[in-house]
Amino acid sequence: MSSSSPNLVADEVALGVESASSVAPGGGAGRDFATYLGIKLLAALVSLVAVVVIAFILFSIIPANPVRTLTQGRPVSAAELATLRRQLGIGEPIYTQFWHFLDNLLHLRLGYSYQFRESVSSLIGQRIGPTMLLMGTSTLISIVLGLWLGIRSGWNEGSRFDRIASGASLALWSVPTFWLGIILLVVLSVGFGAFHGIFPAGGMHSPTAAPGAVNTVLDVAWHLVLPCLTLVLVVFAQYVTIMRSSIIDELGNPYLLTARAKGLRDDEVRRRHAVPNALLPSVTIIFLQLGAMVSGAITVEVVFSWPGLGYLTYQALQLPDIQLLEGTFIFFSAAVIGMNLVADILYRYLDPRVRAQ
Amino acid sequence: MSATSAPLAHVTSVPGRSSRLRALVRMPGAVAGIAILVIVAAVAIGAPLFVHSYDLDVTKVNGPLLHAPTGAYPLGTDQSGRSELLLLAWGSRPSLLIGIIATALTMVLGTVIGLLAGHYQGIVGRLLMTVTDWFIVLPSLPLAIALSAVMGEGDTSITIAIAVTSWASTARLLRAQTLAVEARPFIERAKALGASNTQIMVRQVLPNVVPLILVSATLTVAGAILDQATLTFLGLGNPTEVSWGSMLNTAFANGDITAGAWWTLVPPGLAILVVVLGFSLTGRAVERVLNPRLAVER
Repeated sequence: MSSSSPNLVADEVALGVESASSVAPGGGAGRDFATYLGIKLLAALVSLVAVVVIAFILFSIIPANPVRTLTQGRPVSAAELATLRRQLGIGEPIYTQFWHFLDNLLHLRLGYSYQFRESVSSLIGQRIGPTMLLMGTSTLISIVLGLWLGIRSGWNEGSRFDRIASGASLALWSVPTFWLGIILLVVLSVGFGAFHGIFPAGGMHSPTAAPGAVNTVLDVAWHLVLPCLTLVLVVFAQYVTIMRSSIIDELGNPYLLTARAKGLRDDEVRRRHAVPNALLPSVTIIFLQLGAMVSGAITVEVVFSWPGLGYLTYQALQLPDIQLLEGTFIFFSAAVIGMNLVADILYRYLDPRVRAQ
Repeated sequence: MSATSAPLAHVTSVPGRSSRLRALVRMPGAVAGIAILVIVAAVAIGAPLFVHSYDLDVTKVNGPLLHAPTGAYPLGTDQSGRSELLLLAWGSRPSLLIGIIATALTMVLGTVIGLLAGHYQGIVGRLLMTVTDWFIVLPSLPLAIALSAVMGEGDTSITIAIAVTSWASTARLLRAQTLAVEARPFIERAKALGASNTQIMVRQVLPNVVPLILVSATLTVAGAILDQATLTFLGLGNPTEVSWGSMLNTAFANGDITAGAWWTLVPPGLAILVVVLGFSLTGRAVERVLNPRLAVER
């Protein structure tokens, strides 16, 4: 579940290459692209429907008494219960229930959180921002750092640099994300012996922060450092492994020999010939790893009380607030499916074989 | 494996068992990994010999509360005065057990689906692979959280949640290998002799993919132990059980971070790290020795 291990990633590289070659050839670029886009859109839609069906089964079919499950541990009036039963279509046939479920979803009626006394959709709306800030920053840093290290160690396969980078990647993959966060908190926030912590213990804003836009940005950035660092440390290792193995896949290719025969320096051969080719399969896999990124973000948000969707999921879990959990589950899944669609389109655009046509 | 040694023999010049062992011993990573696993397994199995139920019972222990390491308590004590060292030893049991059971479930699920998808290459196979790809892309932690929240907290729901969210990559590997094995002449021979689909899958293909299953299982245990720790940390585990994940959950919930009580926070995580590393190193080494050329034969 927590992303495939570094070893299996190599197989996924092959997977990426396979899917690339299956779309590459063919004339009539414009119409071709429309077909490609159509197929990918359809696939994303099917995945989305599958998520909805799973959510329906999980939250409406499995519980013996969904209304009871939804209102666990809360005093609810008979009128509220009746409303809920009507909304969910309980007592009606399954397909009518599913229709109710779908209807609610399409109108973004994700339910009501009794814990926060707010609708689930508005709660999710409030928490998207912090999660996107955290995931965006750490994904960006991880990609840049991971690709750079991966290229370096793959190009000099077996060198000391490669051995250290690969070893560090494996060790970091083996660290539980939440524990790494805890350790960073203990060392850099609480402090150790004579060393006093320099970073905040959690949250996104200090109550004592000075007013003004610049100060707010600085304050948020100061709070962002530790959660972001945790996520980067855990995630970038996977990117190193991915990029390393796709660079190694390119090493034996004759076009590199040609480039060297032209008299290009080693550095240029790598930058202008090997990297562009190795980047292609890596992009796909990096996007495939987004699910793992989401998992990492949830635990990091919990440790640092970062007010995002992951922390919201954790808060929902404490009661448990089932409708809120259902909402975050559907949202996370839909977001990852959407990002994968973007990756597919991006891939098509990045592939020079296709773009040239 | 030995039942179908004939088809295996002419695949490639497979090195003998003893030379494989020798290759394994020459790899420092493999030796370290296996050593870690042996030690941890010994601690987990032997724990009942030196940890008694009253050592774990918060109402019966009489150590100092949340005290830094001393002579009597080499790893200090937790908020209830229990010895961290004993908790750590006992915690290896559920962590390993759930990891291994979840892996067994994952392997069964992944192998069955991978074999079926590889053998029936028509609509059935395509459909199975679509489902598999869907599970690979989907964020697994939200799904696992939803699953365990609906099923209620406890070991069973965690185990099921881990298996449901991790079988997909095994199925993918197994399908690729099944395709490779089925392309070989001895499958054609079996078909000509009138072997049924089930016979081909169980008697001919399965023995040839067992090494791959073993490698995949070793690596999956590593992931399953991490997942188990994460889900327990989030509060989905059995609340009365002592595991590495629940120790961290308790320490985190009690505010041991602000108290600076590093001795309740560092050891459980370090234990998880070491065990996961042990499984990963072993898996990688076995993979390299058996070298089923996972990525190439698709």
